[in-house]
Amino acid sequence: MKKLFSAIGILAVVALMIWGFYQAMYVAPTEATMGDVQRIFYYHVPNAMLCFLFFAISFVASILFLTWRRNKPALAQAADAWALAGAEVGVVFCSVVLITGPLWGKPVWGIWWTWDARLTTTLVLWLIYVSYLLLRKFAAGPQMQTLAAVLSIFGAMDVPIVYMANRWWRTQHPAPVFGGSDDSGIKDPTMLAAFGWNVLAWGVWGLMILAIRVYIERRQQRIDEASASAALAEDQQPTFIS
Amino acid sequence: MAPSGRRHFHPEQQGFSPEEVTILDSATTRATKPSWTHLVLTHLKKDLRIEWRSREAINSMLFFSLLVVVLFSMAFDPTADTSREIAGGVLCVATLFASVSALNQAWAREIRHQVLDALRMTPSDGAALFLAKVLANFLFVSVVQLLLGPIFFIMYNLHPLGDVWLLALVIPLGTWALVANGTFFAAISIRSRNRELLLPLILFPIFLPALLAMVLSTKTILTGDDSDPTLLWIKLLGGYDVIFTTVSLLLFDTVLQAE
Repeated sequence: MKKLFSAIGILAVVALMIWGFYQAMYVAPTEATMGDVQRIFYYHVPNAMLCFLFFAISFVASILFLTWRRNKPALAQAADAWALAGAEVGVVFCSVVLITGPLWGKPVWGIWWTWDARLTTTLVLWLIYVSYLLLRKFAAGPQMQTLAAVLSIFGAMDVPIVYMANRWWRTQHPAPVFGGSDDSGIKDPTMLAAFGWNVLAWGVWGLMILAIRVYIERRQQRIDEASASAALAEDQQPTFIS
Repeated sequence: MAPSGRRHFHPEQQGFSPEEVTILDSATTRATKPSWTHLVLTHLKKDLRIEWRSREAINSMLFFSLLVVVLFSMAFDPTADTSREIAGGVLCVATLFASVSALNQAWAREIRHQVLDALRMTPSDGAALFLAKVLANFLFVSVVQLLLGPIFFIMYNLHPLGDVWLLALVIPLGTWALVANGTFFAAISIRSRNRELLLPLILFPIFLPALLAMVLSTKTILTGDDSDPTLLWIKLLGGYDVIFTTVSLLLFDTVLQAE
């Protein structure tokens, strides 16, 4: 029964993504000045918005881990799984942003990359979370979780800077589409609909991956715990050799 | 810092003087808890004394950054104009690479004879230890920069066109950003399996904004180009220093006690 529900859920998410693709590619009108290249916006912006969401999840979970690690170890382990999953999915979404950006920039600006505030801070954000994942690989044991949580807090400090970058500075990156000046916002309703569907589809997809990742990490934690206590039990057996 | 039960820790061999052992010792008894500044000074004096005796950090950093400067000078063979453009970047990167090795050593030394474990047992604040380490390393890196500066000007034939005195503001601010973050992340990476490798991997991404601000403001000062708002970058650097130092001070106890 559980398997059936999961299968239906996954199918629904895939269908939603296909619907979002159809809306972005066929329903939304072609943009007047940029032409079809503009359609990459329906992927670039939702992914950017969602990568902030996943890094925020990682940030909150890291803080919860630090507060719970002494008095509520079981809850702290769950928080750690969420922090790891949030960072991993966030890095994937941030990678999509960093790949789709230059793909759009080359035809529109004539260059793949420029060191303006928005692009630089986004790249720094990506680098910080990759280093977070590296730290989790290199360090071991419960102290690694604490150290990683601290690093995640440092990484989260970059998120508001990325968000404000094209509001504080005049960047080559386009001005914010939403929540910028009074003139901002999408005027065409079909364009807005295509954008909305893609935010929803990618959001649901990302949350699904996040949930699966948390589930796997929780299992891994249980395996590690079991093998650790098995090793402890073995140690306590009386040995007559040596 | 009671000697009983900790066989490996001999404070005198780790650069502490007998009076300083008493100060750290008194932190364990609540009645005579020393003030926070007193603790910082105690740690700082000990670090400076070790460096004075060995001169390990300054010598290795100085030679390393000298090598980087020579290498870059040979690799690019810059004319006067280009050297003004790239000099700031070369100086910053040279300091960055040199200080990474020294920052690793700063904590590795504490781990070698379980000094760090002993320090963790005192009820004194971890932030005091952190601030003292940052101050000590800041002094070391600044000494290296002061010695390297003249050599640098000669080898790159520099004739700065802008307001040179602003460098006295930019370089210390940038160095502080480097050392404060570096000391913090060295304390994190020293706990991992491949200690020496991890520090640059974590430190460089976090340090990037400060490096950018430092390089750009040095460049505008050297080229005398008024179009770039130097003051904006200096303000950014100052803001970066304040934010990251505060967060590091707040979180250092967590890192120190991580187990």
